[in-house]
Amino acid sequence: MTTTTPEEENGVKRRDFLYIAAGGLGAVGTAAAIWPFISQMNPSADVLALSTTEVDLDGIETGSEVTVVWQGKPVFVRHRTEEDIERAEDVDLADLPDPQPDSERVINPEWLIMVGICTHLGCVPLKGQGDFGGWFCPCHGSHYDTSGRIRKGPAPANLVIPPYEFLNDSNIKIG
Amino acid sequence: MSFEPKNPAVKWLEDRLPITGMLHHALYEYPTPKNLSYWWTFGSLAGVMLVVQIVTGIVLAMHYTPHVDLAFTSVEHIMRDVNYGWLIRYMHANGASMFFIVVYLHIFRGLYYGSYKAPRELLWWLGLVIFLLMMATAFMGYVLPWGQMSFWGATVITNLFSAIPVVGDSIVTWLWGGFAVDNPTLNRFFSLHYLLPFVIVGIVILHIWALHTNGSNNPTGLDLKSKQDSIPFHPYYTVKDLYGLAIFLIFFSAFLFFAPNYLGHPDNYIPANPLVTPAHIVPEWYFLPFYAILRAVPDKLGGVMLMFGAIAVLFALPWLDKSRIRSARFRPIYKQLFWVFVADCILLTYIGGKPPEGAFIIWGRIATIYYFVHILILLPLVGLFEKPKPLPASISEDVLSKKPASEEAANA
Repeated sequence: MTTTTPEEENGVKRRDFLYIAAGGLGAVGTAAAIWPFISQMNPSADVLALSTTEVDLDGIETGSEVTVVWQGKPVFVRHRTEEDIERAEDVDLADLPDPQPDSERVINPEWLIMVGICTHLGCVPLKGQGDFGGWFCPCHGSHYDTSGRIRKGPAPANLVIPPYEFLNDSNIKIG
Repeated sequence: MSFEPKNPAVKWLEDRLPITGMLHHALYEYPTPKNLSYWWTFGSLAGVMLVVQIVTGIVLAMHYTPHVDLAFTSVEHIMRDVNYGWLIRYMHANGASMFFIVVYLHIFRGLYYGSYKAPRELLWWLGLVIFLLMMATAFMGYVLPWGQMSFWGATVITNLFSAIPVVGDSIVTWLWGGFAVDNPTLNRFFSLHYLLPFVIVGIVILHIWALHTNGSNNPTGLDLKSKQDSIPFHPYYTVKDLYGLAIFLIFFSAFLFFAPNYLGHPDNYIPANPLVTPAHIVPEWYFLPFYAILRAVPDKLGGVMLMFGAIAVLFALPWLDKSRIRSARFRPIYKQLFWVFVADCILLTYIGGKPPEGAFIIWGRIATIYYFVHILILLPLVGLFEKPKPLPASISEDVLSKKPASEEAANA
């Protein structure tokens, strides 16, 4: 035999190994080069830094609501009435599309704090509207109850409760 | 048929880069069926609109500022202060609608005359890719003025991706570059809005290349069989297309000068407010049929999948349509179904612009179901069972058989 690439046992040649090794290295190198171009689109450091918001609860009267901004998103801070709380607790969980008791959604039942973004396609629901005394999203018709749970319409989940803590009786920190 | 330039400069160029010959072949001698109607003008009109959008867009980019605090006022600056800025911006904004009008007519023309059938499947696919790129470009362009509709349109459309299981939310954050639609989103949309039209130009070149490989379809759907069936593109169709363009520009100008905001939405003259959603948000008219399909499904993932599916099924059209006859002229049943389908698309457009309540929901669902029934069920079945009318032997025969009527008219 005069071949310049000697044949080894099971038909594998040196050249085959070189092809695969070169191709593999090329693929890994390409992926490594693409990575920064994908990653640059994720939130930058300064966006990530704006992660907490403090809210003074004094002056938010029973039955009213303020909207604060946290990470660029509206957060509803609702001072619920006795009636609101009763309606939220007096629900058969089996009827809910996304079952969750009211007690899991609040720290102090008087204060309902949640991200004011419809879980369907991201619009801001309107307060005091809809069939369940809570919120109603005008974009595609989702109804939320007084606990911010989805009751009717295309949204798949309850309004999101952000991480927050009571700093004292009248101040909370979101985030 | 070969191109032999007499001018020594052209010959010198041709020997080194045969670009003049290529253009001569594509725009001069290109043998074109001699019976093309004005429905065949919309392809060239779409090309003209692409150029109009690129030229006006480049000018607007010279005066526009892609920043959440400045975008809205920079657009007003264009409207009030920049010389002829109002004209160029209205050309660009209305031009987008005009582009979609001609492209929709171009697509329906293809549906009626079976232009997607073999050997033009790839031509049809390239056209659909252009359509998808146009939708992405138009959507991102609408975000740039940073009005209320811009902001909330961007929010709703990007949130479509949150319907993807598991990774949906991460993808949306990645698209936004934050936790809500904000400045990073606006910046990248501007960058991509500038890029995509040039990608469209590239695909258009492939589209024309594929077209010229097998030649244009025509109202009979027959292939070119002899020299008598075709005429050179120039001067016959250059003149016909120019006449079509003149008529079309009158239509365009009517919107541009007399109703420049008719196709827009007044809420987009309110600066974007991330805390208040407008009471009734609707996309631009050219997205309404797909928006109606999205809202017809009472499930988030289902609605999003059906909406994308509405375009995806069009890619399968060359194989779903079982009929070997191209033109609906010789397909008595398909011809009627085609017009029902057109009416269905118009109904979807109407429903898409109405609030999602009461009878609009029911009608939206009926129209959505019919859209898919037409493409996935009726089209294959009709192709199998329909008895087509007799086909003429050739394009020439078809044209000449109509001659007596026109002669009478000429003699009268």
